[in-house]
Amino acid sequence: MAKLPKPEELAKVDYTPPKTSWMDTPVVIKEGMFCHGAKTKSLQTLGFPNARDWRPMDADWKLPENWKEILLNGIADRLKKYRSFQLFMDICVRCGACADKCHFFIGTGDPKNMPVLRAELIRSVYRKEFTLAGKIFGKMAGARELTLDVLKEWWYYFFQCTECRRCSVFCPYGIDQAEITIIGRELLNELGLNIDWIAGPASACYMKGNHLGLEPHTIVGNLEYMLDDIETITGKRIKPTFNRKGAEILFVTPSGDLFADPGTYTAMGYLMLFEELGLDYTWSTYASEGGNFGFFTTNELAKRLNSKIYNEAKRLGVKWILGGECGHMWRVLSQYMDTWNGPADFLEVPKSPITGTVFDHAKSMKMIHVAEFTADLIKNNKLKLDPKRNDHLTVTWHDSCNTARGMGLLEEPRYVLKSVVNNFHEMPEDTIREKTFCCGSGSGLNASEDMDLRMKGGFPRANAVKFVHEHHGVNMLANVCAIDRASLKPLMDYWVPGVGVCGLHELVANALVMTGEKERTTDLRGEPLPSAQAKEEKA
Amino acid sequence: MRALISLVAVLLLVAVAYGMAEANMRFLLGVVIPYAAVAVFIFGMIARVLKWGSSPVPFRIPTTCGQQKSLPWIKQSKLESPSGTMGVLGRMALEVFFFRSLFRNLKMQRYEGNQLAYGEAKWLWLAGLAFHWTFLVILLRHLRFFTLAVPVPVQMLEGLDSFLQIGAPILYITDVIFLAAVTGLFIRRVMLPQVRYISLMADYFPLFLILGIGVTGVMMRYLTKTDILSVKILTMSLVRFSPDASVLGQIGVLFYIHLFLISVLFLYFPFSKLVHMAGVFMSPTRNLAANNRWKRHINPWNYPVHVHTYEEYENDFRAKMKEAGLPVEKE
Repeated sequence: MAKLPKPEELAKVDYTPPKTSWMDTPVVIKEGMFCHGAKTKSLQTLGFPNARDWRPMDADWKLPENWKEILLNGIADRLKKYRSFQLFMDICVRCGACADKCHFFIGTGDPKNMPVLRAELIRSVYRKEFTLAGKIFGKMAGARELTLDVLKEWWYYFFQCTECRRCSVFCPYGIDQAEITIIGRELLNELGLNIDWIAGPASACYMKGNHLGLEPHTIVGNLEYMLDDIETITGKRIKPTFNRKGAEILFVTPSGDLFADPGTYTAMGYLMLFEELGLDYTWSTYASEGGNFGFFTTNELAKRLNSKIYNEAKRLGVKWILGGECGHMWRVLSQYMDTWNGPADFLEVPKSPITGTVFDHAKSMKMIHVAEFTADLIKNNKLKLDPKRNDHLTVTWHDSCNTARGMGLLEEPRYVLKSVVNNFHEMPEDTIREKTFCCGSGSGLNASEDMDLRMKGGFPRANAVKFVHEHHGVNMLANVCAIDRASLKPLMDYWVPGVGVCGLHELVANALVMTGEKERTTDLRGEPLPSAQAKEEKA
Repeated sequence: MRALISLVAVLLLVAVAYGMAEANMRFLLGVVIPYAAVAVFIFGMIARVLKWGSSPVPFRIPTTCGQQKSLPWIKQSKLESPSGTMGVLGRMALEVFFFRSLFRNLKMQRYEGNQLAYGEAKWLWLAGLAFHWTFLVILLRHLRFFTLAVPVPVQMLEGLDSFLQIGAPILYITDVIFLAAVTGLFIRRVMLPQVRYISLMADYFPLFLILGIGVTGVMMRYLTKTDILSVKILTMSLVRFSPDASVLGQIGVLFYIHLFLISVLFLYFPFSKLVHMAGVFMSPTRNLAANNRWKRHINPWNYPVHVHTYEEYENDFRAKMKEAGLPVEKE
């Protein structure tokens, strides 16, 4: 693996386009900018085509003989299936409004990372093969032949897009590069051109229920460690249940939160909150993944992985489903799940057993986001909170791309956050809410071999954090996304050392005064609380 | 280079029209080609829209640009994240009439110490809006040539458009804004390195073509004298589908160039990026309500898929599950 350059080096970006036109500038695949090719085993598990071991740096990608035919048929098929795709191939006027909205373009200066040009990579082939003007006028009409170089270019750049949809906010026609990338990756997948950081977790999720491949006993074991920590901090021993039939609520969260910090602190937060509420809920080891890396391969696999959530809810006979903090998980849940695997008519409309609030806006999908659930609790004064316990933190809020632009979850987490911390500062307004910047590692790009790409792509996000870090002393970046929690940490260490990363419910649990708890001296991370510190100093 | 070729192409079109007018091919220029162009435009656009319409919308994927509808005490952003028909209509109206999304445009800037900042960048929005609106007004003003008695709204529009009362014939403000906006859009396209880099001939050609239409139109009104009466006799006869060839000879060459460029625009329209005029209404990220969570969207090609069932999962892990104290379906 190439060594990651120093931040000063990586920040040097040249925005001057090459002398040669983009069609005449062949792709150069660079170390640090891509992920390893998918392994044979991962693809076989999922029943994906052309399973073989391959390396992107090799000249020979071991493609099937008729790869071109497969791709062209694939495009024709998707043009008929997706109005979005057909329309987005036709109506772009290349105004360039999307260009400097993409975090990868800002971070790399590579013109092919402008959403418009990333789309033109595929649009040019569409013109050549599917439009009259392209067939007649060829290059003059912006059309070009599908060659091996073009294919490699697709692969390189469709895995330099995190499907964050920021460009689609600014496009006058709402052209969504995420949609084009999703379809582009689906086409590549037909040739076995996936990456292992996606195919690996997806196959693990298919067989074992979660991306990390945690087997049932490991999930229980991992939670036990957290329960030990919670007992140390609060003096309370919590006994959650797993795969329990007849529970009122099924709780589903990304498996990342069961595995490594800082996600584990968020999971501890859920455990403590639900314990305090006396919630009748269960975890599932079968539906132990909220996220969906299948979404980064094909629509079909996404649906296959997603099916476990409703199926498990049905098997356990729960009334409704509560979902944890995750980004793309919620894009998939709110815009796809019900269409794929619904109607979930065996469930009831979610109703908070604590406040009696009926979540009517989720009456078809039967699943609500834990930030909605907790906001409702706080609004109804059902939680005893001591925000002073978070006084050692000055917090800013990172809107995750998918919850912001694929759902509209903006105020609920802010309301919760402001109720549990005293020091909160927003990042500059053009970098939050619907204009939020991606962590640079979304859509399955959070591997370790593509650190250059991740640090470049995350630069605009980090830059906005740096601003509030320097102006307001922000030292904690809170969010509702498991990929964020995993990927923003190295991003902060690289660009803005001194800023930590946490989930929303870690902060909730810090502030939550639990019945019968002992006097807390540390937060969930074992850091001394400000009050405890003050006492110590007095003594 | 691509800009130059496009310019040459438009100049060639001008030359062709000039040549044909001079060579007494005016019936072709004034009657046959315009009819053909309008027919191609109408049927081409219908075909295009039908083609888009024939591809289904499998998933409801609005880009939410504001707060969702959730708890009653949280204020929903009804236009940016619309959840009902009225909201969607409002969002689309803002998009179509005022270019809402383009209004958001920002310009990324880098400062010393690698500080990023995002500045206002409303020029593209302003030029785009000015261009489209004045184009529409000018088009509507032309209705005076296609209706026997000029309709009152058109008269009012003309009155409004010439309220400055400058010059004779009185200057239409839209003419000035239109030419300035098209020129501005062209300059922007060649000046900004990134935009120049992505620009195709398909981007320059319509700009020059439209500029040509504007310039010839303005020349006819303000610089040379055009036999308006004869033009109207011709246009009215075209409207009635009984072309009056007797006036063709009395109309100046400039008019034929103007008309020919317009015909080319109509012919070109359905096969070009200009179809965004219809496409903007059909964009699934904008014209759908963000109501997935309470109203199920149906995918017409949804099909059953192979899943890994709980039973299979338990078969794989039964022993481990039992050891960990997890309930199992089968002992």
